[in-house]
Amino acid sequence: MPITPTTNGGLELLCDSKKIHNVNIEQQNGEGKLIMKDLLSWVRTNLIKERPEMFMKGDTVRPGVLVLVNDCDWELSGQLDTSLEEKDVVVFISTLHGG
Amino acid sequence: MSASEILRELDSLKDAKAKIEHKISALEAQLREINLRNDAAPTNGSSHPSSYPTNGLTQDMIHRYSRHLMLPSFGVEGQANLLKSSILVVGAGGLGASALLYFAAAGVGRLGIVDHDVVELNNMHRQVIHTEAYVGKPKVKSAGAACRSVNSSIEVVEHQEALRTSNALEILSKYDIIVDATDNAPTRYLISDCCVVLGKPLVSGAALGMEGQLTVYNYKGGPCYRCLFPLPPPRTACQSCAEGGVLGVVPGIIGCLQALEAIKIAAAVGEPLSGRMLLLDALSGRIRIVKIRGRSTHCEACGENATFTQQKFREFDYEKFTETPLRVPPLKLNLLPSESRISSKEYSEIVLKKEPHVLVDVRPAHHFKIVSLPKSLNIPLSTLEGRLPEISSALKKEEKDSGLVSGSGGGAQLYVVCRRGNDSQRAVQCLQKMGFTSAKDIVGGLESWAYNVDPKFPTY
Repeated sequence: MPITPTTNGGLELLCDSKKIHNVNIEQQNGEGKLIMKDLLSWVRTNLIKERPEMFMKGDTVRPGVLVLVNDCDWELSGQLDTSLEEKDVVVFISTLHGG
Repeated sequence: MSASEILRELDSLKDAKAKIEHKISALEAQLREINLRNDAAPTNGSSHPSSYPTNGLTQDMIHRYSRHLMLPSFGVEGQANLLKSSILVVGAGGLGASALLYFAAAGVGRLGIVDHDVVELNNMHRQVIHTEAYVGKPKVKSAGAACRSVNSSIEVVEHQEALRTSNALEILSKYDIIVDATDNAPTRYLISDCCVVLGKPLVSGAALGMEGQLTVYNYKGGPCYRCLFPLPPPRTACQSCAEGGVLGVVPGIIGCLQALEAIKIAAAVGEPLSGRMLLLDALSGRIRIVKIRGRSTHCEACGENATFTQQKFREFDYEKFTETPLRVPPLKLNLLPSESRISSKEYSEIVLKKEPHVLVDVRPAHHFKIVSLPKSLNIPLSTLEGRLPEISSALKKEEKDSGLVSGSGGGAQLYVVCRRGNDSQRAVQCLQKMGFTSAKDIVGGLESWAYNVDPKFPTY
């Protein structure tokens, strides 16, 4: 399934400074469904090259990271259970504090 | 006149100028007070309420704000609301700089500025409100003077102090709208909680590197900062502009957008960016506006069962909560025993005596390009483990060039340097583990070199 995970707000530094990743992910179960939980572990295994603790804590993202599925906070779509569809854009963004 | 005489004369003139400016602003404030108390006081005439029906605007106001007044979606009502409003900007840095200038220009009735810092030369590429004459002087003084010079008809209030739980309630309660233009996590939680406790809308902006973020918290039932970020990020995830760098115009843009949002709220026009967040990626030229969660029923500050009171706010330890000190002193690690360290002075003697050695600079490559010590070898800390053979061959070459016999115990020494002396210790720990047992780091890094050995060495 073609998906575009995007890392911003400094998280790109964990993935060789690459922000936009056009990837194709195999469905995780027989039903052909992909949920955010699957994508998260796929990103952690395949895109995160260093300091994974700066990306995840437990089975979810670390505090201070916003997850947006098609420009919408994943809190509004079920967090880890959010179903993904082809060509969805998933943004992982670290909150900034500078000024 | 000699250069030193000119410098002395300049200093005394600047001092006299500052005193006069202070006197002027004190007199202006006094005059405003008198005018407020006594509407009939004779002034230049045009700042009186007009005898024609004008919605309370004076002749001067109508002229100054005419381009606002002609906007059908803003108009006299919007401007009158703005003139009656008060806005507090916390932080007169990169974000505050542009926001403050627009607030002053737009005619915000009372404009407050909170900052404890002084203007530094390395602020000026982004903090465009400050001028060279104010380097070394308090930012609130500099920003206050700039705002008054843009618009002498508004009231500008300087709060020259750091925002703390002990003073925040008192300061914030005097304003209608709060603008978070600060640069650290604990202050952001502190401001948000204080706004929740006082029921004030918060226009929050942040910028770092090439990216910026903007949203409005605690506005008409919308989420607060804690709804979005109930737990603080790890300290290592919070880079500052001083550590990570920032393109000057990026906080400038976010500061302008903060001004826009606060002006909309103050004037009661349009749709403030509440429940939405603007994300700016300046390098790729992309702006995203995303929908964020609403007020969280479980939020500790503003949720249904929240018990966050003024008393609780005063007692809350934000430094402990975020594991970040409010005034961030540069981190000073002490990982190595003293025999594994040398001072920058000692290293300068080694160079003078031409003692055979290799100096490894473990800063990132783009830092190394700014400035470096002669003959240093750049191997960034992140790549160190994979590049040990380069160090071995550099040591061998140095021994050969200086006629030393390798492995005899009197071989070339290995020294490690970085910007401030933290990464160099991490590097020496790693090197010692990998067999370079005599590796030493230079205490305090290149900053110490500039401070203790050669003041002409450029620091950044």
